[in-house]
Amino acid sequence: MISLQHVSKAFGSGAGRTLALDDVSLEVARGEIYGVVGQSGAGKSTLIRTANLLERPDSGTITVDGRDLTTLGDNDLRVARQGIGMIFQHFNLLSGRTVLSNVELALEFIGVETKERRRRAAEILDLVGLTDKASAYPAQLSGGQKQRVGIARALAGRPSILLSDEATSALDPETTRSILELLRRINAELGLTVLLITHEMDVVKSICDSAALLERGRIAEQGRLVELISTSGSRLARDLFPLGAVTAHPGATVIDITFSGGSADRPVISQLARDHGLDVSILGAAIETIAGNQAGRTRLELPGTAEVNARAIADLRGQGLLVEVVSGPEASDVAVDGDAA
Amino acid sequence: MIDPANPDFWSDLFEVLLKGTGETLYMVFFALLATVVVGLPLGILLVGTERGGLFERPFGSRKLGIVLNRVLDFIVNLGRSVPFIILMIAVIPFTRLIVGTFIGSTAAIVPLSLVAIPFFARMVEIALKEVDSGLTEAAKSLGATRWQIVRKVLVPEALPSMLLGLSTTITSIINFSAMVGTVAGGGLGDVAFRYGYQRYSTIHIVAVIIIIFIIVQSLAAIAAHFARRFARKSSDSARTEATNRLLLQATPGAN
Repeated sequence: MISLQHVSKAFGSGAGRTLALDDVSLEVARGEIYGVVGQSGAGKSTLIRTANLLERPDSGTITVDGRDLTTLGDNDLRVARQGIGMIFQHFNLLSGRTVLSNVELALEFIGVETKERRRRAAEILDLVGLTDKASAYPAQLSGGQKQRVGIARALAGRPSILLSDEATSALDPETTRSILELLRRINAELGLTVLLITHEMDVVKSICDSAALLERGRIAEQGRLVELISTSGSRLARDLFPLGAVTAHPGATVIDITFSGGSADRPVISQLARDHGLDVSILGAAIETIAGNQAGRTRLELPGTAEVNARAIADLRGQGLLVEVVSGPEASDVAVDGDAA
Repeated sequence: MIDPANPDFWSDLFEVLLKGTGETLYMVFFALLATVVVGLPLGILLVGTERGGLFERPFGSRKLGIVLNRVLDFIVNLGRSVPFIILMIAVIPFTRLIVGTFIGSTAAIVPLSLVAIPFFARMVEIALKEVDSGLTEAAKSLGATRWQIVRKVLVPEALPSMLLGLSTTITSIINFSAMVGTVAGGGLGDVAFRYGYQRYSTIHIVAVIIIIFIIVQSLAAIAAHFARRFARKSSDSARTEATNRLLLQATPGAN
């Protein structure tokens, strides 16, 4: 649906030249919610702004719905943008227009006639739950309400794609949750494809199907979340289950076991104790619902000898679980056992 | 020498003032009209042809954009730095070309407009620059044309501060309209000059001052009223702070 191929973009010139995007390629499938995470300055904003060509890349192609935007003339690009909605961190609403009129603005640009405009704007305001605020001005709204207007405005022209530029970053946690729920809902109800950027892992965790990690303008990792969490050494997966620093005894063997899909409810720990005579201690655990699936990660300390531990680990891997050795004799293999799972 | 004891004095005074006020309002109104009609697009072009502006590439050429921006900027600076009295004399051939004569109230409208246009264009430029660039971006993302962005986003959002700029512009047009009186332009300046200065009538001077004061203050109050009405809707952004500051300056009695 959205395909960025080898996109690069630099700002400035000479010594002050910085590469904001460095050969970025990513693919967003129809109907999915794709999240790009990264720290500020990683190039996220530039990335999302290239998706509707608000930022023109120096090289690379941007294909949306089968059309390469970089080849379009001014007028065709304008029409193409009408099929790509966008919401912003700071909402960007017109202060002199009411809520209803802000939504209508999107339809005025497209040339929808007054009566139909009013009807459609009211309908979409109902979808985002703001009917009672139709005649209020943006200054009279809370942040969450402003973002709902932003979403309504972006959706008014019935786009098939929604770009979200840090849409929840200016909101408190509770409002963030309600906005994310709304995005999830419109994604499901309208079949909208969503590309979002965020610096909050929680956003990815709660609504994304796929994610990419952007670092200094490069994509460090990307994929579907369900696959990422069962990929050994995935940094995105590690950020999805923050277990903190290792606090085991020096020299002890510490392992992380990731459960996903069917394995989530298996009694793994009591099995370890029974079959291998190991009195494991649980150092940390997290259970999350990721992309609609229950998934969890448990950090265990294995008190046995190196031999016993190795056998236990092999046994667990034999059951199809992702086991990563965080510290201990086998720790060095973490980086290379990517195929073990 | 004028004698206030003359039985015709007060009716003459009234007649002279009425004519002067009429001429002043006539000059100010049409000069203002020309100023808005020319100054507004000029201000929009000044901002638009800047780097990253909406019209940075007129006809696809950035070079043309740069040239246009430089030329407009130069014209505006030139118009603003030449003292009015010199400008007025310098544009006489131009005035003659347009109006047919360079004497009288109608002719005076030409130099008055020429001095006010660059002034107002700068005001428009400042007001437009105050508008959050995110709004332009949002409009672009919705597939708006440049003209739609100007008409439906930039101008309406900049309206409160543009109105305050207009109020300041009116004040200076009135100011300069008094000066054209000294070179046969008519109006209240002419009254003050011929009766107050050449014929030593203090009453005429005082009357003219009072009338001009009332005109300036009421026009400023009207502009400030509308500016406030539009600004009230805007959010608690930096833009409003700037507008509020301008409002304070433009409120009658505060300046």
